[in-house]
Amino acid sequence: MSDPLPTASPASTPPQAEDNEDVWSDTPLVPPESVAGRALAIVIAIMTFLAALTAGFALALTDASQQWRGAVGLEMTIQVMPRTGRDIEADAAKAAEIAASFPGVGEARAFSRAQSEELLTPWLGAGLDLSQLPAPRMIVVRRDGNGRLDEIALRATLDAALPNAVLDNHGAWMQRLDDMARVVVGAAIGIFALVLTAMGLAVGFATRGAMAGNREIIEALHYVGAADGFIARQFQLHFLALGLRGGAIGGGAAIALFVALRLLSRRWATSASGEQAEALFGSFALGWGGIATIAALSVGVALLTGFMSRQIVYRSLGDFSRRPK
Amino acid sequence: MVRFENVGLRYGMGAEILRDISFDIGPRTFQFLTGPSGAGKTTLLRLILLALPPTRGLITLFGEDSAQLDKDSITALRRKVGVVFQDFRLLDHLTTYQNVALPLRVQERDEANYRAEVTELLHWVGLGERMHVYPPVLSGGEKQRAAIARALIMRPELLVADEPTGNVDPSLARRLMRLFLELHKSGTSVVIATHDLALMDQFDGARRLVLGDGRLHIYD
Repeated sequence: MSDPLPTASPASTPPQAEDNEDVWSDTPLVPPESVAGRALAIVIAIMTFLAALTAGFALALTDASQQWRGAVGLEMTIQVMPRTGRDIEADAAKAAEIAASFPGVGEARAFSRAQSEELLTPWLGAGLDLSQLPAPRMIVVRRDGNGRLDEIALRATLDAALPNAVLDNHGAWMQRLDDMARVVVGAAIGIFALVLTAMGLAVGFATRGAMAGNREIIEALHYVGAADGFIARQFQLHFLALGLRGGAIGGGAAIALFVALRLLSRRWATSASGEQAEALFGSFALGWGGIATIAALSVGVALLTGFMSRQIVYRSLGDFSRRPK
Repeated sequence: MVRFENVGLRYGMGAEILRDISFDIGPRTFQFLTGPSGAGKTTLLRLILLALPPTRGLITLFGEDSAQLDKDSITALRRKVGVVFQDFRLLDHLTTYQNVALPLRVQERDEANYRAEVTELLHWVGLGERMHVYPPVLSGGEKQRAAIARALIMRPELLVADEPTGNVDPSLARRLMRLFLELHKSGTSVVIATHDLALMDQFDGARRLVLGDGRLHIYD
């Protein structure tokens, strides 16, 4: 130690004793493992899981709504009401003929009397003689999917030819379905925002806690000439790693749950109640787009965590080192 | 290098703990800062390091008025000052090597470019065999030498040491003092805060800044 102070000599060779490069590698300046860090990763995992569930259900419902709307929107119904003095069979055939001749109509199929009565079975029960009831006759009109069907002209033509025929394009049902889907998606966005807000608050508290817990490190870094941006970046990296870990766990769990639900719904779809549920809510399948959305959400949560912590640290560092102890 | 003019400091609404402090630290000078425990030596060092704003008065560091400095300027000035803390302030989760290299790392220099320099300095302070161990397993003297090495790695123009011999035996204390003198001879201004009169007596020629009752008395 009594030798002269060594001078910087870039050409000098470092000792060869240390063959393992790991001993030279940079250790994170914010200690990576702590109880608070693990707790935050768990909180982020739970929040990501809830946010992913909300987003996944909203996506599945939107898909189901669109499928349902597409299926229902392709069809219209003409009801021919029984009326005294009119031959309902002839009226039904004529209504089908008028509809089938319209451009944009792919098929117009009149339900037989037996089929029409079968439609009433769920309400009136099976095994009854419905022949005395004035049951209306149904004609299912299916669009051809290519040309535009002029519903107003079709309705006018039917009205002129058959006063007892009513065209129903299911608009009221579709409007209700749209409203319901909008309400559910709006609620999902609200819940999603609440979850993200809660997560943001948790990250904020955790960042401030980490700063308080690492005060001596921050002071030491300041004294050795670290700029605020450098220190903020160290915390950002620390929280980004926690966010990635939490996001991967939460997002992965949500994807696993949706895959399991998809498998279960396939098995359940063979039952009668399953068919009804599928008819109402769709197949409840989250496609690759949904899975990609959840994966992107998980990465987004990690990026948000890192960004927020950086902003909080950067703002807090302003007077951190100049505050009397 | 450092100039204090009528500097005063109080915490909150309390009485001033430092009053009318005026002194200069010129280039290539060596001085002790002394006084009884609690006199404010560490606080005065923190003022020099711009870690505290004075309540009144003017502090000039390397010709810059501290009141006019923005964050980046403060960071740039701190890089010209080496600090040895009384409690070392080594980061326990970094090895001795990583601690000593910290001032270079925070400037985001490539590790390969300073490895040789840091290793050589560690050998010079006698920690060549301890560079890959963590501070909790170092002795007090080894921690002290690691802290000094960290302060020296940037070749500072000013070295500030707070009780650098407070945790070591008299023999090591003398060796550390010789180290500071060596640094002084190489052109660095040195300020050593200590209340060890015997140690100061061994270096009679050094200037003494004595703190007492919140005021500073200078003995050239």
